[in-house]
Amino acid sequence: MQPISIELPHRDFSAIKKAGLALCAVGFLFMIMALMEVSRSNPVLFFMLSAGSMVTGALVFILPQLKESPAGIKHNRLFFLSATSRGFWGWAAAVFFTGFYVILYWFPQYLENLIRTTDWLSWIMRGKPADQWFLYGFYYTLAVVVMGIRMIVKNRHNRYQIIRTCSVMFFQLGFAFLIPGLLQLFNQPEFYFTYFWPLKYSYLFPNDIQWLMSQPGGLGVFMIYWGAMMSFVATPALTYFFGKRWYCSWVCGCGGLAETLGDPYRHLSDKSLWSWKIERYLIYSVLVFVVMTTLLLWINSATQGAMFGTWSQNFSSVYGFYIGALFSGVIGVGFYPLMGSRVWCRFGCPMAAILGLLQKYWSRFRITTNGGQCISCGNCSTYCEMGIDVRAYAMKGQNIIRASCVGCGICSAVCPRGVLNLENGPMEGRYNLGR
Amino acid sequence: MDSLVIIGNGITGMTTARLVRKQSDRPIIVISDETDFFYSRPALMYIFMGHMKFEHTKPYEDWFWEKNKIQLLRATVTSIDTNAKSIALNNGQTLPYGQLVIATGSRTNKFGWPGQDLTGVQGLYGMRDLELMEKNTSNVSRAVIVGGGLIGIEMAEMLHSRNIPVTFLVRETNYWDNILPQEEAKLVGRHIREYGIDLRLGTQLKEILPGNDGRVRAVLTDKGEEIACQFVGLTAGVTPNTDVAKSSAIEINRGILVNEFLETNVPGVYAAGDCAEFRMNRPRHPKIEQLWYTGRMQAETLAKTLCGIRTPYDRGVWFNSAKFFDIEYQTYGFVSNLPMPDEESLYWEHPEGKHCVRIVYDKTNRTVIGFNLFGIRYRQAICERWIRDRRTVEYVLENLAEANFDPEFFREFEHEVIALFNSTNPARKVLLKRRRGLFQMA
Ligand SMILES: Cc1cc2nc3c(=O)[nH]c(=O)nc-3n(C[C@H](O)[C@H](O)[C@H](O)COP(=O)(O)OP(=O)(O)OC[C@H]3O[C@@H](n4cnc5c(N)ncnc54)[C@H](O)[C@@H]3O)c2cc1C
Ligand code: SF4
Ligand code: SF4
Repeated sequence: MQPISIELPHRDFSAIKKAGLALCAVGFLFMIMALMEVSRSNPVLFFMLSAGSMVTGALVFILPQLKESPAGIKHNRLFFLSATSRGFWGWAAAVFFTGFYVILYWFPQYLENLIRTTDWLSWIMRGKPADQWFLYGFYYTLAVVVMGIRMIVKNRHNRYQIIRTCSVMFFQLGFAFLIPGLLQLFNQPEFYFTYFWPLKYSYLFPNDIQWLMSQPGGLGVFMIYWGAMMSFVATPALTYFFGKRWYCSWVCGCGGLAETLGDPYRHLSDKSLWSWKIERYLIYSVLVFVVMTTLLLWINSATQGAMFGTWSQNFSSVYGFYIGALFSGVIGVGFYPLMGSRVWCRFGCPMAAILGLLQKYWSRFRITTNGGQCISCGNCSTYCEMGIDVRAYAMKGQNIIRASCVGCGICSAVCPRGVLNLENGPMEGRYNLGR
Repeated sequence: MDSLVIIGNGITGMTTARLVRKQSDRPIIVISDETDFFYSRPALMYIFMGHMKFEHTKPYEDWFWEKNKIQLLRATVTSIDTNAKSIALNNGQTLPYGQLVIATGSRTNKFGWPGQDLTGVQGLYGMRDLELMEKNTSNVSRAVIVGGGLIGIEMAEMLHSRNIPVTFLVRETNYWDNILPQEEAKLVGRHIREYGIDLRLGTQLKEILPGNDGRVRAVLTDKGEEIACQFVGLTAGVTPNTDVAKSSAIEINRGILVNEFLETNVPGVYAAGDCAEFRMNRPRHPKIEQLWYTGRMQAETLAKTLCGIRTPYDRGVWFNSAKFFDIEYQTYGFVSNLPMPDEESLYWEHPEGKHCVRIVYDKTNRTVIGFNLFGIRYRQAICERWIRDRRTVEYVLENLAEANFDPEFFREFEHEVIALFNSTNPARKVLLKRRRGLFQMA
């Protein structure tokens, strides 16, 4: 509506950063080549050429920022660059991510040659050849680590961000990649200690429980116990003390990817009241869906199939297809460059739904506002990946207590007037009315 | 019913409209010639730097105004007829009013410098200036900014984000030291230079020189130096925009004159925000308040009066905040730039030179008068309470952690501030009562 036409500014990336980008592009081309027959002759070489060049290129792009300018919030040009403002490169990235997930879930045969380039690592880690999920896990973890370094460099003036980013990198690398791999090396069940029901819904499904029970040694039983404790005891307790952030922006792998790979897109989340409405309908529907699926499966298992026959299994497959794969993967990550980094966490994740309800009604967490200092600039709302209109509260001097807030702390970091602070305190008086 | 007409859709006009609407159903019309919808003026810089788009700077979604039956009109008000109780618009319309609020804001100061109207020379106040700046700064190899206030440094940051070399002419001996004490002014000055800004202290503009194309070619300083540039930003303050009231019965001095109820000399006509000037003397408070916060607070007071509860304006304990590139600044109470005879101050600065705390207190009764914070966030409510309750500097220091508003895990400097105090006041040693820690809240 505003007749303002901002042309593309003439400032460009420095030569070294361009070189980094170029190296990334070269690595990407090798990755495409690795999909083909040629890579068979020397998969390790292709691994080095693709993953190696991409990582090196990314670091060459990222690290010079340490010297480029003093530490501080640097969002210069984000809304001018095509990659970060839904321009050509943004759409290209979205098509690439989406396409990758579609192939990964439903046409993994096309990834065969690429999977072979990670065999060597899979043998070392797991004592068996790689499969599509190993490939996925490897690149996922790599993205979290490399883009985590970027996040730390970018926020090097902010200890909360540094520690939090180290935490998501640690949990992804250790608990979602190395430990599940090593477990297999020692003939133990592949298990992710940082995922539990309802996000990893199958961990409370009868099938998984029977499978874990049937494992030799006590570890399987411990895993069942661990999962149940995390879902029903640790989740409410930790959320009571710290808010949902202890999981969503400190531990969770989906959150970890959003906070690292997704960070350049965080400002693209929709802040309208309308989208908040959609969010509530969707996320609680998914929660109901997963609870029903779990119940159906258990009733069926208890009655030995007398009650629903194959019907409950179908129900669970539908959940797996639409929510587990399509929503959390294809849309959840594929749409990063279009709708921001938390599409799944905001609109779909049943774990987030439960944590959110706890955060809203039974938690000491809140974001406090500092008196009347808000200048309504909008940085907080713009950079909230969950699409929360933080400013609407800050202007009134109200505390921000929203089910969806993942406590990333970015609103507090970008506020130029120091208005916002994430705090844990007594529950009484947590909802203040402001001015 | 008695209609309320408001001229100006800035923070003052819109806050008034919103709060009056909360308490009454009367017709409300807001007129502005700048934008269709209210946006945050202090956020202008972020649009230019690509941090946000214009739409992100609008504090309310567009449907909000219609839903609340606040009618928005895009037009210029050309004159006010206080006898007929009507205003004239530039589209030929006249509009009657029951009550009229003038909230027309400010405009950029121009001090009659030769060449101040050349192409490439401009101030920064509104949307039009931003669009102009977009045009004026393309293909520029050096920019000069004249005037070392808050808008000047914002403009420097804006130009820096586009990689345009900046020379920053500041009349004062240190940046903004007509407001800041020397130490703070130097701290900011160092940071400005860290960004490669060519900061010229104690330097004034004498003349802006034209090229053959009618565009600025260079500036001439009072030191006789000629600095080649293609863009000049004039940021030597703003002045109340009183045009609309000029040919009316409404009394004007520098701003539109109002009493503590924000009433002008004409019954039913009010003025608030940047364009208003208080008649009464208020010690240590300026007569014209040109801030976002004061605009909002004046509007909050005015809305009460407009709804029948005549309320005097009370600024409360002074506060302000800003950001100088990466360094945040907050101030509470009064901190004067020059030492006052009956005041003493504790000034602590971190060795890295990017964080500092100043606490000003009364020499005799030791009550705290003001705080300056750079690179550290303090709680407004706590600082205000300490000042209002006339707490002593010793009490404040003991409880300093209560005021800390920095994010979790940030370095805490309270111990160092207190250690400094103890070393200079060995007879009055204080002990920090508790650290802020991770689980403590005020
Ligand atoms: C770049 C910049 C940064 C700033 N940063 C800060 C900050 O960080 N903190 C802070 O406290 N303050 C800041 N300020 C000051 C603050 O923005 C102003 O004090 C505040 O916006 C004044 O609000 P107002 O509603 O009184 O007037 P304005 O916001 O100026 O609104 C007045 C409106 O009325 C319109 N108008 C005027 N005359 C007419 C007419 N005859 N007919 C129709 N419409 C008319 C104008 O076009 C304008 O849109 C900043 C100002 C600028 C320019
Ligand atoms: S970023 Fe800070 S000043 Fe800006 S709108 Fe949000 S709370 Fe207010
Ligand atoms: S409100 Fe702040 S802390 Fe919460 S998700 Fe949004 S940006 Fe992160």
